[in-house]
Amino acid sequence: MVPTVYYLIVSAVVFSIGVLGVLVRRNALIIFMCIEMMMNAVNLTFVALARHFGTLDGQIFVFLVMAIAAAEVAIGLGIVVGLVRHRDTTNVDKISLLKW
Amino acid sequence: MEWLFFAVFALVALVGSLGVVLSRNAVHSALFLLLNFVAIAMMYILLQAQFLAMAQLLVYAGAIVVLFIFVVMLIGNETMGDFVARERPTLRWIALVLVFLFGIAMVYVAFFAPSGTPAGAPGFGSVESVGKVLLSRYVLPFELASVILLAAMIGAIVLAAKTKPPLGKPEE
Repeated sequence: MVPTVYYLIVSAVVFSIGVLGVLVRRNALIIFMCIEMMMNAVNLTFVALARHFGTLDGQIFVFLVMAIAAAEVAIGLGIVVGLVRHRDTTNVDKISLLKW
Repeated sequence: MEWLFFAVFALVALVGSLGVVLSRNAVHSALFLLLNFVAIAMMYILLQAQFLAMAQLLVYAGAIVVLFIFVVMLIGNETMGDFVARERPTLRWIALVLVFLFGIAMVYVAFFAPSGTPAGAPGFGSVESVGKVLLSRYVLPFELASVILLAAMIGAIVLAAKTKPPLGKPEE
């Protein structure tokens, strides 16, 4: 059986790559995908630790996170579509109306 | 045998996540994301979470990636050269250092996690056991999740709707 630690390491690396993507990419869609990826990495930690401690609570958390992620994707992609309709760009550097 | 599967899925997950970040084409990014999601679903199976593995395939791989691909197709694929590193070279190094430090911290924590692998009871993570816990102890969060999904559905429709006629005035 693979020890829990290895799952945690995989999850840490995937999460870090997601952070890198959010920092490096400027396309709102790609940033969004990276956020989803980070959420998945955290889910993997939950499931690994659920097995480790022998309780189902972690798996319930993952189930709820999935529901929230689905809601978030629907709203977020709606925002991206609205953005493209109004500003004709998905580059987050060009969406700076509230920045100064 | 389990080690072999774990190694393969871990590798696929890493390749998928790197592909999301490094692809120039947003469609390719979405497909790499699919790869990452599927590899993680397989890891759920190794972790005795069969129900979650199926839910992951249905919700993430099925619904979310399809939504992403829909939107990428809808708004056109204007993604060439959007790496911020190209315009601001210092930012690339800051990002790399931050990610590196973060990775070290995570791995450090991982090595101090309690070791050992207790075997789950038979039926651990099956639809039956997850369903029992979900509808007894966690019934309130479960119901709240449905309310959130409803709110998100309405919100997405309002956001994506065309400019609507003023309230109470019929559309011609």
